Amino acid sequence: MTQGYSFLEDSVISDMIFEATGDTPAELFQAAGLALFEGMADTGRVQPRIRKEIRLKHAQIDQLLYDWLSELIYLKDAAGLLFREFSVQLTQNSDWSLVATVRGEPIDPKRHALRADVKAVTYHQFEVVQTETGGWKARVVVDI
Amino acid sequence: MQVNKITDYLWEIPPSEKEGMLVPARIYASEKLMKEMDAGVIEQITNVACLPGIQKYALCMPDGHWGYGFPIGGVAAFSLQDGVISPGGIGFDINCGMRLIRTDLTKAEVQPRLKDLLNVLFNKVPAGVGAKGFVKIEKKEMAEVMTRGVNWCIKKGYGWAQDRDRIEEGGCLPGGDPSHVSSHAVERGVGQLGTLGSGNHYLEIQVASDENIYDEKLARALGIFGRDQVVVMVHCGSRGFGHQIATDYLRVFDSAMKKYGITVRDRQLGCAPFRSPEGQAYYSAMACAANMAFANRQVITHRIREAFSQVFNEDAERLGLETIYDVAHNVAKIETYEINGKPTELLVHRKGSTRAFGPGRAEIPTLYRDWGQPVIIGGSMETGSYLCVGTQKAESETFGSTMHGAGRTMSRTAAKRMVRGSDLQRRMEEHGILVKAVSMSGLAEEAGTAYKNISEVVDTMDAVGVSKKIVQLKPIGNIKG
Repeated sequence: MTQGYSFLEDSVISDMIFEATGDTPAELFQAAGLALFEGMADTGRVQPRIRKEIRLKHAQIDQLLYDWLSELIYLKDAAGLLFREFSVQLTQNSDWSLVATVRGEPIDPKRHALRADVKAVTYHQFEVVQTETGGWKARVVVDI
Repeated sequence: MQVNKITDYLWEIPPSEKEGMLVPARIYASEKLMKEMDAGVIEQITNVACLPGIQKYALCMPDGHWGYGFPIGGVAAFSLQDGVISPGGIGFDINCGMRLIRTDLTKAEVQPRLKDLLNVLFNKVPAGVGAKGFVKIEKKEMAEVMTRGVNWCIKKGYGWAQDRDRIEEGGCLPGGDPSHVSSHAVERGVGQLGTLGSGNHYLEIQVASDENIYDEKLARALGIFGRDQVVVMVHCGSRGFGHQIATDYLRVFDSAMKKYGITVRDRQLGCAPFRSPEGQAYYSAMACAANMAFANRQVITHRIREAFSQVFNEDAERLGLETIYDVAHNVAKIETYEINGKPTELLVHRKGSTRAFGPGRAEIPTLYRDWGQPVIIGGSMETGSYLCVGTQKAESETFGSTMHGAGRTMSRTAAKRMVRGSDLQRRMEEHGILVKAVSMSGLAEEAGTAYKNISEVVDTMDAVGVSKKIVQLKPIGNIKG
């Protein structure tokens, strides 16, 4: 189960659904971050010239993924940035802790081939699971 | 699940069909619309019927389709004493709504300058991912937007005094308290006043022709004279500000439910007792978002007036650019209905549903009180929209509610498989509709074929007698995110 994502077709009528995978939870979070922005723009055209750091904590890994994606959506609007590189470190003690560095640049409609603006992450069909082979998989529906 | 036909336009699922249902679920639809209704609607509206404190029925309008938590088109009223409030019954885009602006111009006068007009509007009303508006305010001033809504806009010169009398709630929902709004929400929303967003949001130039007027007297009362009159319709909401408030409180309610011993059939139906601290905090934050959305559509109206004034070299007043009305179709409000023979205050959730009060109701501005609340129904870019009015029957049957649009039938990926954005743009141009879009893939996702037949939806509620159609409006120009 290597790091990656795919958009699932036709499962939700008015929104967007994707599945992200990774060998580790950190890879899963990185893949989900990229899928989120690929839904909004052609990330291949985004230059990684601005860096932001994100720190989050939660007892449940699924809620941490919800918070991680919500934080990225917040930065998209509040800082006006699109991201293409996601470097995530996750540690588990009593809570899961996330420290991440994300890189991207200000949104430019002329260069970024913009797609649909994402409003929010939903709990619909939302899940994070560890697979039989030890990899990690998440399904995420975002509202657009 | 057993679905009983009550009338030609009303279907009911009895509480015996799902464990936990407290009231029957009712769906308004013609036979054809019911046959095509997606299964998610039945699943979701029966889940809504299980929520604590729900009154009479869980309702779904004919434009209903799968949502998260509530279906789109869902309506439910809850007791203020032992009922809940749920962000899933309001939507992420709090006070997403419609505004309709009239003009004294005709299609013949606008058509030669339509391209220029769309170009100017496209620059003046930013759309799409990350768009920032022209209004530059500090976070502190944002608090005033949250509590005063359109009143703030009028004070700042972004509206006319009479606009206030032609907006649901006078453009200001009481009860907004910025202390219940996160700094994340403020930071997302502070630069977005005057922006359209993306998805199904749009700004459209439309035409009211004589042959599409169903009630001339009411049309005139609402400012529509026909003769190919040009009007402008805006569909948008509270932008990232409202989306963040919904996100924040879904998290809060996800854990609050354990505290209050509430279990729901879908995590997206997260809720809290209305009278609880969490419920009150969300209601108050929701009111702030509703006011931001009213202000957003008001600032956009201001920019539309500027654009027309620039292109036609005439004052917006002289061009007759008056607001006809502005409706909220994603919101919860405290309204009074007769329950067991007594007037009772209820919390009415409308998620993709428009309030449709009949003549005489105090909440309707004096200007329209004799006629009923104007109801603005936005169609797909290709098919047209409607202006209707509410009726007294709506108050007894549907908690004063009717449909809000056409309703999707096709997923975004399926729509994109069927048509390319650039081909759709060409096809629409051949049919006399010019389109300017930020995103070509976004345009394809909004193709008319992805929606139900809006006339069938509007005719359903007209036949039921809940809302009465006044005029159909046909698009000639559209701006999309």
